[in-house]
Amino acid sequence: MAVQFGYSINKSNTIDMDTAPRAMESYLLLHEPSFARCIGCGCCTATCSSGVFTQLNLRQIQLRIRRGETQGLLPEIQKCMLCGKCQMVCPRGVSTRNVVLSIQRALQLLS
Amino acid sequence: MFRERFSYDPLVLPFLLGLIFIVTYLALGAIRMIKNLPAEDKIRLGKSFFSKQILLSIREIFNECLLHLRIFKKNPVLGYMHMSIALGWFMMIVLAHVEVKLYAPSRFNLPYYPIFFRYFVRETQETLDGAVFFFLMDFFLLMVLSGVGIAMYKRFNSKATGLRRTTRLKWNDRIALYALWSIFPLRLLAESFTSGISGGSFLTRGFGMVFETFVSNDLHVRPTWWAYSLALGTFFFTLPFSRFMHIPTEMLLILFRNAGIKHRTTGTGIAQTEIYSCSRCGICIDACQMVSAARLENKATVYFIRELREGGRHNAWDMASACLMCRRCVEACPVKIESTLIRSALRQDWKMLRREPLSFLPVNHTGPARVIYFAGCMSHLTPGIEQSMVRIFEKTGTDFTFMDREGGICCGRPMMLAGETRAARELIDRNKKIILHSGADTLVTSCPICYRVFAEEYQLPLKVQHHSQFILQMMEQGKISPEFREGTRVVYHDPCELGRNSGIYEEPRKVIAAMARIEPVAEEREMGLCCGGHVGSISLTHHQRRRIAVQACNILLAPSPDAIVTACPLCKKTLMDATAEVPVVDIAQMVDNPELLRKHPNPVLQ
Repeated sequence: MAVQFGYSINKSNTIDMDTAPRAMESYLLLHEPSFARCIGCGCCTATCSSGVFTQLNLRQIQLRIRRGETQGLLPEIQKCMLCGKCQMVCPRGVSTRNVVLSIQRALQLLS
Repeated sequence: MFRERFSYDPLVLPFLLGLIFIVTYLALGAIRMIKNLPAEDKIRLGKSFFSKQILLSIREIFNECLLHLRIFKKNPVLGYMHMSIALGWFMMIVLAHVEVKLYAPSRFNLPYYPIFFRYFVRETQETLDGAVFFFLMDFFLLMVLSGVGIAMYKRFNSKATGLRRTTRLKWNDRIALYALWSIFPLRLLAESFTSGISGGSFLTRGFGMVFETFVSNDLHVRPTWWAYSLALGTFFFTLPFSRFMHIPTEMLLILFRNAGIKHRTTGTGIAQTEIYSCSRCGICIDACQMVSAARLENKATVYFIRELREGGRHNAWDMASACLMCRRCVEACPVKIESTLIRSALRQDWKMLRREPLSFLPVNHTGPARVIYFAGCMSHLTPGIEQSMVRIFEKTGTDFTFMDREGGICCGRPMMLAGETRAARELIDRNKKIILHSGADTLVTSCPICYRVFAEEYQLPLKVQHHSQFILQMMEQGKISPEFREGTRVVYHDPCELGRNSGIYEEPRKVIAAMARIEPVAEEREMGLCCGGHVGSISLTHHQRRRIAVQACNILLAPSPDAIVTACPLCKKTLMDATAEVPVVDIAQMVDNPELLRKHPNPVLQ
């Protein structure tokens, strides 16, 4: 029985990492290598200008990409206004703006 | 018969063919460039030919294409090098034609005759009595030779001409360059050999006499004139495929620019002319902080433009996406190529996915008030700035409303810089509605990035002010009067978007000067440094940005000030992270709480 902490960023589910589609992740690691440095701390999401109005959650998007759950990503990522606050606060120095733009480009190439 | 009638000699062939080639090529090129202009711009260009703009253009062409005044202002040695070659060569051509018009008018219509006049004059045994022409021709030849000498020296030791780095040339540029270099020594040689018969002055006559002492027959006359003709021909044939295309294109660019033709989103038309006008002088390499601090030499503007002209667009896109868009290179450029606009256009060309309308963004009305304050996303990261501004508004009794107190819609400029013009438009429209609804007559913003887009793109029927302008206005009206702090020395960091890109240099300085002594910095105002944090760059990494920030801090801290004052939340945050030595304070914070200017005791440094 799973412990309920009362919060989570994803619903519980099962992912088979052997078969999960990793193309998006590979694309990002190639075109924005700093993506690999993300520790999922969530500073980006906490400071997000769009987050005030929407459910845009870069931390969750990062997690979804790592798990290959890239369906339905486009409307999510396009909520970003590219203001760059997340990049300024990122403690790991991830170029988050380029991550967002690269995700859009990858979606275009992979679709 | 033919030879006598036309004064023809096979040795003029390389020159003549080259000339025909280059004239045809340039004429077709000019037609193509004009054809590529949008219809509106064509009309503008046509009209400019019949107004006083054409006189201004002619003057500018004379000043920039012959005298190279802008390069002179940057660096006298480099300016002289360009001026001596351009003006000297031009005068030699003009004088040769005048000479022919005076002494052999029947030959004036032969395009090659003035160039090889000395050679033909020798053949026909005519004598010349224009001693003054001999002197002038020698004088200008010497002038060109001195310029070529500097150019050769510069290739090996660029520091001598004030360039820390010079452009790495490709083979096409090298062939054209060596052809150009060889034209003038060969001309000297050829003229010296003929000087005994057809005349010469201090230079050619002198050399001629020296040569006579060890070569007595005149069999070597023809080969040297052949070599001269070949050098000219080679230069003409390689010119369109080399950097020297800037010589003819710059004239066209000046005509376009003075006709009021502006960059459009598509990046054709004037952008194409600018790409061909780049002389690859490499002055922008030293200006670029991506090169000097982050060591990304291949990202410099000169290589970006070359890549657009000669290489693949993909590489060019890579180069365009790294740039911070600070515009230091444009400020340094002697041709004033708006390379950041070319970069923007290229970023737009990268087709994004079909975008849903940003309908989820609410339009939260605020007001009514006389002044509407927009802090900007970045000010929310440095809340000290917006808190200070609120206190200043309250202290001065300004009737204001805080547009994005609870977070607001981005101004749209970051979106624009990433090439997403349409999405940026949507953000702009939403913000514009809120601003107009407030009924304010002044919009004050704390962020220069927002300021620029409000001033340039929003087309608002109200006054747009950066907070430094607002504070100065309040000081002039006597509503706030900060005390001068005796003994406090500060430096001011010009934010790119406020200074170089919006032309606001004096207002912040006046505010600071009322409170502390401003120390001059090695690079400020037009050449103000980029802090490295700008949202203009898409692909620059954190470490590369940090190197730029550290470089900027080192230069700012050289006069050992008590504090760095700036007028941009993004600069403040970036510089703060790069130095622990002194406090980095925004102008609004400084006015609100002068105590912040005190050098904080740093336990590590003491």
